[in-house]
Amino acid sequence: MARTPSRPLEPWRWLGVPALIVIALTVAIDAPIRLFTLALPEPIFPMVLAFGWAIIRPSILGPFILVLVGLFLDLYCATPLGLWPISLLIAYGVALIARTLMVGQETEVMGFYYAASVLAAFASAYTLVAIAGHGQPNLIAILWQFAATLALFPFVLMLRNRFRDADIRFR
Amino acid sequence: MAYRDSPFQELKVPLTWTAGVAAVLALALAVFLFVSDRKDQARVNAEALGHAKVRAGFDGVLAPVSGVLAAPVRWVNDGAASVGDYFFAVSQNRKLKKQVAELQQVAVDDVALKSLNRRYEELLKLRTDPPIPMVTGRVVSDTRGPFSNARLIDIGSDAGIKIGNPAMSEQGVVGRVVGVSPNASRLLLLTDPESRTPVLIDRSNARAVLTGDGGPNPRLEYLRGRDVVHNGDRVLTSGDGGLYPRGLPVGVAEQDIRGVWRIRLYSDSGAIDFVRVLVFDDFSQMVDQARLAEPAMPPLSAADEAKVKAAETPPPAAPPVVQPTGVPVPPGAPASAPIAPPKAPPPQSPQPRSAPPQPVARAATRSAPAASGPPAAGALAKPPVKKPAKPKPKPGEYRRVHTPNEALPQYDPNRPDGRG
Repeated sequence: MARTPSRPLEPWRWLGVPALIVIALTVAIDAPIRLFTLALPEPIFPMVLAFGWAIIRPSILGPFILVLVGLFLDLYCATPLGLWPISLLIAYGVALIARTLMVGQETEVMGFYYAASVLAAFASAYTLVAIAGHGQPNLIAILWQFAATLALFPFVLMLRNRFRDADIRFR
Repeated sequence: MAYRDSPFQELKVPLTWTAGVAAVLALALAVFLFVSDRKDQARVNAEALGHAKVRAGFDGVLAPVSGVLAAPVRWVNDGAASVGDYFFAVSQNRKLKKQVAELQQVAVDDVALKSLNRRYEELLKLRTDPPIPMVTGRVVSDTRGPFSNARLIDIGSDAGIKIGNPAMSEQGVVGRVVGVSPNASRLLLLTDPESRTPVLIDRSNARAVLTGDGGPNPRLEYLRGRDVVHNGDRVLTSGDGGLYPRGLPVGVAEQDIRGVWRIRLYSDSGAIDFVRVLVFDDFSQMVDQARLAEPAMPPLSAADEAKVKAAETPPPAAPPVVQPTGVPVPPGAPASAPIAPPKAPPPQSPQPRSAPPQPVARAATRSAPAASGPPAAGALAKPPVKKPAKPKPKPGEYRRVHTPNEALPQYDPNRPDGRG
């Protein structure tokens, strides 16, 4: 059934379903697999939500769902509780601030702001892990994960194109 | 009042501002979680950890799900390995023949060294520890980012695993258990930024701490001495601190371009499908924390010391019951009635001080905690120490031997607390 723009978009459609998909992808990517004894990179899928939700429409529910997704990531990855909620919310905040600057700009500009928000999130994660673990994480490993997370930018575009005009109220 | 008459009718809250306020509130919640988790982990008593229970429950629920998701990956891996075996059979055969030739000489040397080692143990009266039982589990998830390196395996406390148990692959040490639920365990890998492992350089016996940083090669820290490590030196667990048993293979030392010593882990060279967990009691698990926390007893007064000595003195042998003819047995006393042992003689020089009798009572309670009522004379005696049966090593079990220069707590099965 085709959805008309006049039909209101429920939050679970553009917040709940993408969150569940991201959780499923996170679990799937962490399967114990190696290619030629090399570990696959592990991108942070919820970063797509943190950036995408902010540019689709500012919402009250969005940050709290990001906290839940981040808590799942903390429990699943055995990182200190609160590490990924804080990092995701920082990425969300950067995207929320830059939202008006991105209006009417090319895709490359949005990609630049996506990189900036991911960088801010990783910088906060680096700081928090250094505080919690009393040691500095490996910068090369961080660079790998940063690059893998940047490669998720097409999914951000997909999310935006899917829901930006899905509701007349979002305009 | 109708809505259109309400003063809030004209109130229009900017969407971005409300989302910003929500984000700030959510951020405060996340910061609170982070701080409370740090406080929670700082507690020494593991039973008091609330977050640890949440994590264990989460792992217990997630392990079966991850196991199902990992199954197709495992099948693909197995299929790819089969194809690789087929195509590389010839080269593998050559390599294996070469290895067999080398290992035959190693096996001959091994027999001679074992015999010599046994002889030295007998001569030096060295204690050899019992073998450590192991359980094998399948890895169902592998977190490998720079901020955490952990694995979830599909066996838990039902298989006897406890927090702190070391885990190994076929090649070497993988990490240790940091969370346990009945059906799953969480392993903290050697490469995790929070991992610290005491190790030694096999060649020079120099000690260091292996510090994970999220990368594939953890670094050696607190390395003392000059020229104690060379490229290619083998690194083993030192057993310091009682966290790991001594002598488990860890990896090979290598210097990076900045001059920092790093370890190429043995466990990285193989598959990550199975791990073996050593059901090894580390120091924190063997020490009776409640007993350590007990306050020290005050010194005994002279009167109390005499009482204790008198109580510890075995009663003199009861004289044989003689019932001379003509001596009437008291009415009501059967002939087989037990004869009460003579009371302990009072102290020769009773002190007039009225010292509180608590220390004696505490000593009696400690030595016989199950006794109720006043302690009997024999209750103050030392309880017999039950020697644990020394299990015989089974084939395939890891056996560790303490050497005389090992300065850390050694396992002693003859003591009730297990420490030498």
